[in-house]
Amino acid sequence: MTLSKTSLNRRSFLKVSALAGGGLFLSVGWLAGCKPGSKEAAHGMPEEWFRINGFIRIGENGLITIMSPNPEGGQNVKTGMPMIVAEELDADWSKVVVEQAPLDTDNFTRQFIGGSQAIRMGWNVLRQAGATARQLLVNAAAQTWDVPANEITTESGYVIHTASRKKAHYGEMASLAATLPLPENVQLKDRKDYKIIGTSRKNVDAQKIVTGKPLFGLDYKKEGMLYAMIIHPPAHGLRLKSFDASEATGMPGIKDVFQVKSHQDDYERTFFDTTSFTDTVAIVGNSTWEVMNAKKAVKVEWEEFSTYEESRDWNGRKEKRTIPAGLESESDQQRKMTDAAKKARTLRKDGNPEAAFANATKVIERTFYGPFLAHNCMEPMNFFAHVQGDKVECAGPLQKPELTEQALSSRLGIPIENIHIEMTRLGGGYGRRSYAHWLIEAAVISQKVNAPIKLMYTREDDMTGGIYRPMYQATYRAALDKDNNLIGLHVNAGGLVEPPSYPNRFPAGAIENYLAEEWVVSSNITVGSFRAPRSNFIAAAEQSFLDELAEAMGNDPIDFRLELLQRAKQNPVGENNDYDPDRYAGVLKLVREKSNWGQNQTGISRGVSAYFCHNSYAAQVVDLKIENGRVKVEKVVQALDCGLVINPDAAKNLSEGCVVDGIGTAMFGELKFEKGQPDRSNFDRYRMIRMAEAPKAIETYFVENGEDPTGLGEPGYPPVFAALANALYQATGKRLYRQPFAGQLG
Amino acid sequence: MAKFNLTINGKSQTVDVDPSTPILWVLRDHLDLVGTKYGCGVAACGACTILMNGNAIRSCVTPVSAAEGAKITTIEGLSENGDHPVQKAWLEHDVPQCGYCQAGQIMSAVALLESNPNPSDADIDNAMNGNICRCGTYVRIKKAIKTAAKS
Ligand code: FES
Ligand code: FES
Repeated sequence: MTLSKTSLNRRSFLKVSALAGGGLFLSVGWLAGCKPGSKEAAHGMPEEWFRINGFIRIGENGLITIMSPNPEGGQNVKTGMPMIVAEELDADWSKVVVEQAPLDTDNFTRQFIGGSQAIRMGWNVLRQAGATARQLLVNAAAQTWDVPANEITTESGYVIHTASRKKAHYGEMASLAATLPLPENVQLKDRKDYKIIGTSRKNVDAQKIVTGKPLFGLDYKKEGMLYAMIIHPPAHGLRLKSFDASEATGMPGIKDVFQVKSHQDDYERTFFDTTSFTDTVAIVGNSTWEVMNAKKAVKVEWEEFSTYEESRDWNGRKEKRTIPAGLESESDQQRKMTDAAKKARTLRKDGNPEAAFANATKVIERTFYGPFLAHNCMEPMNFFAHVQGDKVECAGPLQKPELTEQALSSRLGIPIENIHIEMTRLGGGYGRRSYAHWLIEAAVISQKVNAPIKLMYTREDDMTGGIYRPMYQATYRAALDKDNNLIGLHVNAGGLVEPPSYPNRFPAGAIENYLAEEWVVSSNITVGSFRAPRSNFIAAAEQSFLDELAEAMGNDPIDFRLELLQRAKQNPVGENNDYDPDRYAGVLKLVREKSNWGQNQTGISRGVSAYFCHNSYAAQVVDLKIENGRVKVEKVVQALDCGLVINPDAAKNLSEGCVVDGIGTAMFGELKFEKGQPDRSNFDRYRMIRMAEAPKAIETYFVENGEDPTGLGEPGYPPVFAALANALYQATGKRLYRQPFAGQLG
Repeated sequence: MAKFNLTINGKSQTVDVDPSTPILWVLRDHLDLVGTKYGCGVAACGACTILMNGNAIRSCVTPVSAAEGAKITTIEGLSENGDHPVQKAWLEHDVPQCGYCQAGQIMSAVALLESNPNPSDADIDNAMNGNICRCGTYVRIKKAIKTAAKS
């Protein structure tokens, strides 16, 4: 056992009080929703709940509620995080009910989704929450039975004193435990004693999902609720000039049409306060269909805006950003990128790259390109809001509730204490739901009409509303000497509106003469985090280039990478290399073994790729063939190193998703602009991967190495783009430098 | 506005709405059956799939006026206790990630298995082609359909 000093936010433990009814957190009340025959009912409803700490409540009958602190958007943290608590609590998982916590900064920290960090950052906190509660139950038993606490053991929801043959379930000790002082130190379990962590447990919401229960923001309803939509400019570079709602306001079911301002002009935006269109027109009515129809009847005039400055506070770093005027088209954007690439700034330089290139026998230079991408969460952006005087109640899907709360407070002029945000399940996030301008719009609309409202973006509003994966370009140059040794590498990468640079990642550290440069092009097209930001492009470029390089050098692509990693380990170049060469090599070796790399199968073309981002390592081998001009991905084998795997089957599901999503995006994903207007606005033209295009089989393996757990929402996504491109090259003889690939396969 | 008598999940319901209102919004806004999802509104994603007389249809583009006299089944009406073979197979394979597309996926799968109890891979690809899953759960969906076909 490890002794761990309890270090949670003190209030989450100090508020230990017996709390009848368990109503503190719950505004929807899962008890009321319990159906006969459900798991909860099978164990019988407790008469009383005792709140042990912010995460745990125990009913007198032994049923346990564990709060899942972070929003759930498909990563399955709502199962995985409570599993960690339950493990240290030594609970019986079949008697655990999981409840989504609302935003509650007193009791929880880091309540957001992003960067694949929930499990990694929650690891200690969650274990302590469970272990502390367990210790309180043990102490309560010691007091009740009048025996020393250190003679008491626990097992699957019971406290046991073997010598006196006493045994009681946690529920019997809960009322006393809730009143005891907190232990200063708690014992954490040894991994070999884990009974829950490392075993596959089903998604706690699966039953509700397959029976169509209201779980999502769009499903949220409240008595007297009105439906709202907005109209935003059709193109980036335009803003609202005027509108005429005379026809719309007279239409059936329509309550009001008015202008909405999501941020005041002088508002200093923080990290996630990106909006494409600050001024929109809202339509509010009795039903979705009536509002949709009225929306078409509002006549809006738009005008081009002039260049303006936006104030930003990037975590304390203040910046004025110039937002250029103009209606941009793809051709101008391409030209601007080409120009900007010539004026790049140096991020890292090792050795003497200029000399290496001057002395090279052969230089290979390739330029890679990635288009804007829309997130396309299947649940479009939406939020419920009810502003009553100086009280705000909101509910819906969002990734960064804590940060949004601040922006909302500032926009409404209502203190944060008066804002309550309930987190519904997210119908996908992938970064898009970090930028919660729609929540602010919803609250402003509710305030104006003085009623509870639910704002919904139509698919078109969602897809054309901005905050895209940036448009990227990267040029890789390699210098080879007369013996085909790699003597220099130069990467020059940039984007509109953000560069994809990671100058200290592999293969930096493995190459004597290395130069990394970046540049950026400004634009009024808004961009934001998109599943594995930056990595989602640069991995594709880098790993495709390494494949081409290995071929030029006459080396096997896996051996080539392993040799570079060996160099990075034994004699690293530079100091700040941002990866562990052993763990990186570990996934490559595992995928080599599991895919039977080197054994050719007739008719099958293979490609390999690997990447490290968001603290986890991933390597993939894609097997495909081309039949009647159509790409058939037969199999993908992947090896992942995310340290300890909490919930293996869920981890596999998420990583399979990364593969499918990555292949789909690489093949089909793109959004282009013509005069500021996106060239597609719905799934009829924005092609998403469908079942027939998905791999027939995906095999996922994990490296076992005793490391602490890290996340998987993103790490499997970036490398698969290149594994696919490299396999397609084997199949067609054509290297692919531009995403998406689908149109280039002949 | 007009009155429509509908049979939804075996229950008669009357709604008073504009005849052009898609069934999707009648279900979601007027009848509190929010299991059927909105994803695109143009019959391109499958999130809104329901059964009309046993056939999978896109409720986002089917006006309520076309539903009179028809038997409508939504995800809520598939089974009493969530134990339809397709639902059970979905649970066995723990298919969902975010879950938003899954009601539509399940309804398409149910319609497929009703007309073709033993579908081949190609049959499954064809029948499920209209249903997008951004989370990428296709491999599990296919496995679950095969499991359901066996039961
Ligand atoms: S919402 Fe009907 S098919 Fe997309
Ligand atoms: S499970 Fe998320 S879209 Fe299918």
